[in-house]
Amino acid sequence: MVAAEATKNIATKSIVQLKGVDFYYGDFKALEDINLEIRQNTVTALIGPSGCGKSTVLRLMNRMHEVMGKTRVEGEVLLDGKDIYAADVDVVGLRSRVGEIFQKPNPFPKSIYDNVAYGPRIQGRKSSDELDGIVERALTQAALWKEVKNKLKTSAMELSGGQQQRLCIARTLAVEPEIILMDEPCSALDPVATQQIEDTMDSLKKNYTIIIVTHNMQQAARVSEYTGFMLIQETGEPGRLVEYGPTSKIFTMPDRKETENYITGRFG
Amino acid sequence: MRTAQKIKESIIGKVILACGVLSIAVVVLIFAFLTRDALSLFSTYSPIDFITGQNWYPISEPPVFGILPLVLGSMLVTVIAIVIAIPLGIGTAIYIAEIAPGWLKEILKPLMEIVAAIPSVVLAFIGLTLLAPFIQDLLNLNTGLTALTGGIMLAFMALPTIVSIAEDAINAVPRSYREGSLAMGATRWQTTGRVVVPAAMSGISASVMLGIGRAIGETMVVLMVTGNAAVMPTSVDSALKPVRTLTGTIAQEMGETVFGSSHYFALFAVGLVLFVITFAVNWIADLILYRYRESE
Repeated sequence: MVAAEATKNIATKSIVQLKGVDFYYGDFKALEDINLEIRQNTVTALIGPSGCGKSTVLRLMNRMHEVMGKTRVEGEVLLDGKDIYAADVDVVGLRSRVGEIFQKPNPFPKSIYDNVAYGPRIQGRKSSDELDGIVERALTQAALWKEVKNKLKTSAMELSGGQQQRLCIARTLAVEPEIILMDEPCSALDPVATQQIEDTMDSLKKNYTIIIVTHNMQQAARVSEYTGFMLIQETGEPGRLVEYGPTSKIFTMPDRKETENYITGRFG
Repeated sequence: MRTAQKIKESIIGKVILACGVLSIAVVVLIFAFLTRDALSLFSTYSPIDFITGQNWYPISEPPVFGILPLVLGSMLVTVIAIVIAIPLGIGTAIYIAEIAPGWLKEILKPLMEIVAAIPSVVLAFIGLTLLAPFIQDLLNLNTGLTALTGGIMLAFMALPTIVSIAEDAINAVPRSYREGSLAMGATRWQTTGRVVVPAAMSGISASVMLGIGRAIGETMVVLMVTGNAAVMPTSVDSALKPVRTLTGTIAQEMGETVFGSSHYFALFAVGLVLFVITFAVNWIADLILYRYRESE
């Protein structure tokens, strides 16, 4: 089934392209020569052992690494063919097009409603009718509406971990991004909550492009059409993208020995 | 060997217990003493007249002990201090926590603590010699010793408390909130104003309450720069006239009273009122801080 989907989607156009990207934290080279093409309306998974730079690749796409301090990017990161590191690019605008879901659910200490309405409000939308509509639509898309529709004014902190993560997804959907980056979104969740997030992802890819970093190879196999495998050859070396292709191929007949070793659980 | 150690342990335990009991006992005794002397006034003077009386003539015959002008004087000076200290203090805290580069932060935080360490009499001296003449000239007043002058100096004294605690509260806001907001395309200011500051609000409120507590209890500054006229601050321009505060009254008159006289007891009653106000403010601050730690 995964293979069939992959073939079906193979024709979709690419939305993000990384071309020969090197990345530095200060003087430390964290990534080398990353070439990656993300296709629209698919789920792409990045897998690999801890510290190989998966999350860094993710954050290259919304420039969130710039929040962390001194970093440098070489090469090109294109969104719809335009370099997002060009001087005239507005980071704020970029981030409203490329949303991010974090490892640990991070709802704001506000009501459920105010969390979802946060994005539209900062974009200057104020009419409560419009906001009500956006909030309901985003929560519905994130498969949370039924559970919370009667308690929109209660604090988001009272939700369970899985609900909080779906709220964060709804919060991101409310600004209508084109791409949603997910950095190990289920690592803090139990299997049932994980299942719900995965189902949500499946329905979201009709309208959005999702790129997910995960430690969980079964999850990558379940949710994605494309998979990239990343690795650091030795400590202190930069992370590289070892292999990238349709998920069915990566998991059944990878080209590279390292990929096979990782997939079959020989290390990592 | 074993027994020697046991004896040592038990002695240390008892010494620490004694220290704790002693400091609590002192506080209880102070309160008891204050209350006893304050209550002796009320055997001869009506407590209602004391609280609501508009005149403070302690040495007329018979003496009149109405503390309303003093309470209002204290409140006026404190309100002026708060109005100045809150925006300045919170602004400084946001600047240090969110905007200042690392090296500047390293300078500013200790600097605020140094301000807190300046003896109040020195600050008052500066207020008396620099600020008071400046205000007198600027606003063309008869005297620069006004509620406004006292309020400005008190704001300056309350600032370190407000900045330090508010900055801690802002720093304690999880980084993930900031990231969540920035990743949605919020600007830095939107993130600070709509996520970080609201999330730190209980800590910021507590910092303000503690700052107020400090301002109400402060004596030396108000004694030296507010002019000490026990008149009712009745109109808006009272801020530009001399006032007298609860603390200033005690400090100024205690040395001149006859031990055991009604004036003497009246000053204790003023002290009790002050104690109750300061206690209430600190208690509210504690409540807010407690709720804030709970919610984390």
